[in-house]
Amino acid sequence: MGPGDLAGILRQLPVMHNPNVLVGITTSDDAGVYKLNETTALVQTVDFFTPIVDDPYLFGQIAAANSLSDIYAMGAMPLTALNLVAFPQGKLAGEVLLAILQGGRDKVAEAGAVIIGGHTIDDDEPKYGLAVTGITHPNKVWTNAGAQPGDALVLTKALGTGILASADRASLFPEGVAAAAASMAALNAVAAQIASDFSVHACTDITGFGLLGHVFEMAAGSNVSIVINSQALPLLPDAAEAAAMGLVPAGAYANRNYLQTVTFADSVKENIRDICFDPQTSGGLLFAVPGHQGEALAVALANAGLVDVNVIGQVTAQGEGDIYVR
Amino acid sequence: MSDRVIDCRGMVCPQPVINTKRAIEAANAGRITVIVDNQVAKTNVAKFAAASGLGAAIEEQGGHYYITMMKGAEQQPAAPAAPVVADDDAGSQVYLITQNTMGHGSPELGQVLIKAFITTLLEIKPRPAALLLINSGVKLAVQGSPVIEPLQILAERGVTVLSCGTCLDYYQLQSQLAVGDITNMYTIVETISHKKTVTI
Repeated sequence: MGPGDLAGILRQLPVMHNPNVLVGITTSDDAGVYKLNETTALVQTVDFFTPIVDDPYLFGQIAAANSLSDIYAMGAMPLTALNLVAFPQGKLAGEVLLAILQGGRDKVAEAGAVIIGGHTIDDDEPKYGLAVTGITHPNKVWTNAGAQPGDALVLTKALGTGILASADRASLFPEGVAAAAASMAALNAVAAQIASDFSVHACTDITGFGLLGHVFEMAAGSNVSIVINSQALPLLPDAAEAAAMGLVPAGAYANRNYLQTVTFADSVKENIRDICFDPQTSGGLLFAVPGHQGEALAVALANAGLVDVNVIGQVTAQGEGDIYVR
Repeated sequence: MSDRVIDCRGMVCPQPVINTKRAIEAANAGRITVIVDNQVAKTNVAKFAAASGLGAAIEEQGGHYYITMMKGAEQQPAAPAAPVVADDDAGSQVYLITQNTMGHGSPELGQVLIKAFITTLLEIKPRPAALLLINSGVKLAVQGSPVIEPLQILAERGVTVLSCGTCLDYYQLQSQLAVGDITNMYTIVETISHKKTVTI
């Protein structure tokens, strides 16, 4: 669902209060955090969606990497996962379901976690994802609400997966489509591991609300304003060309309509603006770290093999979630 | 010249863009109108037209959008594999024509002058890229206009002739348009912002 629609509905539900809830549904964060004791907190998240690629094994990997990402975005380690499956029994061969689950299994294994169950329903369109549980120290939780003026913002994956999914449906830009698939299937584990050696003030992962939707959540949650340098954004191959020729998903326009606090410099081209709002699947982590650590974090991530890392912006001042893209 | 209408109502993106791309690639030259029924498709098809080097006029009627593109010899789509046809006579000059006479002073003289002006455009090389007609300028493009013939010849040669839809409505001439297409202020502003424009 679009961010506006969802917020309107969630607002109508009374908040459940519990002193052990360290991060709940009120702050638009990636996962919930529940304090078990003085040294351990549970981190829980769930996500599932319809196939974004044709290859069922690849779809399973991407769905699992996407679900696991919320755990990494909170600075936690994944422990266990449950499969959530919808499948058109009788319409698609059982091998397709096997391949989806194999992809999920392999990605969870790569993350060092274990699948301990799941639930499957009959549905017209396949859907797959995971509920994931992780742990972290209660004092070491990364939220999206801790960014401070002067912080540098570091993004760990290239943008444009939604636009390239459109390109895939149009059988265009095969190189970019392949790069997007590889990016979506990649875990955010290494990024989180490397960043844990730095002073992470805030972290989120870039998913359905697009780069600026999640930047806005960080800015609003942290009570700051943020400047994004559009020329520093890592872009997937062909993403800019595909956006320019109108392969922009409806979700990008929905995100754009929802975000009223974004100002673009005149020089930022329309296709780059579209990419800024493009809904991402299994996108990168966005870190806010002290300004002097920004470049060092980017270099450390690049040295660990993450090729599309860059310092993409700065937290400028106290504010109410204003975003300026130059 | 051929007219093609691509009805993409009921389709979700990227299908309208795919169908537009196929239609433009298949057409030799002529007018291509894509009909869509949602804003996302409208915006994406307009982006595709711009990326292909085609100007697009967009009209909304009853919640449906009619996106009209002109594929001419001087407007080859920017498709990488498409062979580029050299057209030495194709120009880039845009004329924004704001009235159905030329200059201030005697209206009778003004009518003689505008007729001479449009007719002379036929002789000029390179020929103009577009004529944008606004306010009483739209009267030049409707039935009974003294310059309808030269305008039709210009259009056949690939000059884009666009009349302001609001102005046609105001003068109640929408049904009498005899040459070119209807456009809106967005397309006009976009065109004069990006192209060398002389106002008449």
